Amino acid sequence: MSEKNGQRRLLQGNEAIVEGALAAGCRFFAGYPITPASEIAEMMSLRLPALNGTFIQMEDEIAGMGAIIGASLAGVKSLTATSGPGFSLMQENLGFACAAEVPCVVVNVMRVGPSTGLSTSPAQGDVMQARWGTHGDHPVIVLAVSTVVDCFATTVQAFNLAEKYRVPVIVLSDEIVAHTRETVVLPDPADIMVIDRIHPGVPPEWYIPYEDNSRGVPAMAAMGSGYRHHVTGLIHDVRGFPTERPEEVDAFIRRLFRKITNGFAEIQITRSVMMEDAEIAVIAYGAVSRSALRAVRLARSRGIRAGLLQLITLFPFPRKAVEGVLRQCRRVLVPEMNMGQMIREVKRVNLATEIVRHNRVDGQFITPAEIYDHLLSM
Amino acid sequence: MSEKTNSVRHDYLRHDKKFPHVWCPGCGNGIVLGSLIRAIDKLGLGKDELVLASGIGCSGRMPVYVDFNTLHTTHGRALTFATGIKLAKPALTVITVMGDGDATAIGGNHFIHAARRNIDLTAIIINNQIYGMTGGQYSPTTPYGSFASTAAWGNIEHAFPIAELAVTAGASFVARGTVYHAAMLDGLLARGIAKKGFSVIEVMSNCHTQYGRRNQMNDPVTMMRHFKEKAVSVDRAAKMSAEEMNDRFTIGVLADVDKPNYMEEYQKIRERAQQH
Amino acid sequence: MMKEERYEMRFGGSGGQGIILAAVIFAEAAGIHEGFHVCQTQSYGPEARGGRSKAEIVISHEEIDYPKVIGMDLFLAMNQPALDAYFVDFKPAGILVADATFVDQVPTSRALVLPFTTIAREKLGNELVANIVALGAVGVVCGKVGLASLEKAVAHRVPAKFTELNIRALHAGAEAARQQDLSALPPFIDSDEEKEV
Repeated sequence: MSEKNGQRRLLQGNEAIVEGALAAGCRFFAGYPITPASEIAEMMSLRLPALNGTFIQMEDEIAGMGAIIGASLAGVKSLTATSGPGFSLMQENLGFACAAEVPCVVVNVMRVGPSTGLSTSPAQGDVMQARWGTHGDHPVIVLAVSTVVDCFATTVQAFNLAEKYRVPVIVLSDEIVAHTRETVVLPDPADIMVIDRIHPGVPPEWYIPYEDNSRGVPAMAAMGSGYRHHVTGLIHDVRGFPTERPEEVDAFIRRLFRKITNGFAEIQITRSVMMEDAEIAVIAYGAVSRSALRAVRLARSRGIRAGLLQLITLFPFPRKAVEGVLRQCRRVLVPEMNMGQMIREVKRVNLATEIVRHNRVDGQFITPAEIYDHLLSM
Repeated sequence: MSEKTNSVRHDYLRHDKKFPHVWCPGCGNGIVLGSLIRAIDKLGLGKDELVLASGIGCSGRMPVYVDFNTLHTTHGRALTFATGIKLAKPALTVITVMGDGDATAIGGNHFIHAARRNIDLTAIIINNQIYGMTGGQYSPTTPYGSFASTAAWGNIEHAFPIAELAVTAGASFVARGTVYHAAMLDGLLARGIAKKGFSVIEVMSNCHTQYGRRNQMNDPVTMMRHFKEKAVSVDRAAKMSAEEMNDRFTIGVLADVDKPNYMEEYQKIRERAQQH
Repeated sequence: MMKEERYEMRFGGSGGQGIILAAVIFAEAAGIHEGFHVCQTQSYGPEARGGRSKAEIVISHEEIDYPKVIGMDLFLAMNQPALDAYFVDFKPAGILVADATFVDQVPTSRALVLPFTTIAREKLGNELVANIVALGAVGVVCGKVGLASLEKAVAHRVPAKFTELNIRALHAGAEAARQQDLSALPPFIDSDEEKEV
């Protein structure tokens, strides 16, 4: 590539995700073509070989997800990218990554569903699937991107969180963000904070692969590093062996949740704009937060005290930040390109504030005018 | 078994936690595990350099018993995880063990594509012609006319010949053995593991509990006798007619070809990209 | 009114006319070589050829919130169906640039109608560069990017063996536009523009 970081570049959202992943140290990609995510695979196939990384196009998304888990177990940071139909196929193996605590990043570039839906039109219909798509109680981190710069920074963040908490991180993009080209200046690699998983500091014979500690995140040994151990999707004891003992099962599930709860302050990322004196607020995420931002600015220019809370982290749901907005504002609007998914989470905070939905499911981007008009009518 | 054989086995088994195993008395899985250990010992591979990955089912429990880097994946997906491991760390020797339902029903797509890509993995497929762990439902290798818990009136589907399927799909090394021919199996596994490229070793094995019981072969010995009678060496089979081979199957090496494997090809891609 | 200099453009045509490529080249010229903030988006059907194709560019000296067109300052229409379909967000003070080769009904008098495809075919011997001919004209009409910036962007985005042809196309389009008297276009009668979201 002729372009260097630090230079002004015109990049698509999907390209910026690739740049973010590579900057975070990702050196393995496995996936299956699907609109509107394919550019990520295409760019990875171009870039990885020169970095001694590996790209492989698998036979389906199930295989893509399996392969990135395998690569991560072998110690290499791994990415896959897909859209709704492929994301549905990935769910079982995504659950494996949760249970076996394998760091990896999955990008879902959302398009209209259900089923094949509208393959080239944007939507935000996979939010709850990202949280609860795989079966069973499980912890997971879900981040949402809204601009090309976000695509870079949030993907770096996604890898960092995946490595730090040994959890799959899902990055939700959408067709708008994916294909929007913007001028960006990417930071120099030296200026990017990169977090790697912690390798065991004890000799192999002392290593207990799933031993609890204060963080709830066990050290992770790569396959072939001399720390032979067993990895399974069955509920396992601290040594990684299957167990059905109630006290071991309970401790295992609770630790999976505790490790994320411990990190709430760091994991729950939000962005507040003009919230200081806001009386009404918009809570938005993904591309829609750009429309919301413009609507809020317009409202301000007309003397309305409006503010925006943009959710970068969707799950674990940033309850604290949302609660602050609900306490401060008399009315809150939640615009989404779905029938109302995050609004339920906002309502679960359960304060007296009036929470209003604004939904669009026709494959079209919610416009600033729509949000502005809705704000005026509130 | 001789003392020597036992001590070899003990060198590789996990002794700290995981016994007794989950398999029925007389199950063929133990024979395959013993054979695998002897093959690995013969090849002189170190435990740290070995990965054993499995899917779901009775065969899926095998990795937990051996002292390698072990991985028990999701149903049918062992080869996908193994592909990731091998590509990320090519120095590792990666072996998968799967059942017939695991490898050729739910994982059938992964199986043919791993063969087509010629990924340097070894796939051991224990073919007991039934879903054992879940209670004897018919699998893609249950013979036509056999009985299973979901084929109460007889199986009307036709069986996949797994080894032949692997040959067609492009595997570098393909062999079939049985748990009766254990000594031969040691050799087939050793050759498969040593082979660069995708190796498939199909092992005909007995599930007297779920398959035999429903098909007039109630005990391991009857099933062993069945394998002994029906197995025909590749050389002998070549001289037999289709009628003679009707309910028989070949054992031995079906394919052994030298061609570049995926990682060798990919390394060339890397060099090309790095010179660019 | 919000105080900002947001300039919005839409390019419309059919799949295969190079609509998106033209938009990407413009975005690069404005964003990389002229220092604007740029958002370039597109919408398209699942087919690779045929069907309607639309690309949009928003440029501003400030950071851009909403990335799509709200009201078009400039609309490039490469054929009649695209003109009809995408004219809806045209600002009263906007300018329409249309390919006379494939457009016969022009819904505004603030229009510059030039035969881009005919120019490409007859002067350059290759219809495929009609998009770049049009881009040359767009560059002159909008006044936001210099020809030199467009040249650099063209060179970066088209295969090397076609660079020379495309640069000639760019110049041919710019030249055709320069021969028109833009100041002769009927002015928009300004009123208190109430809402611009």
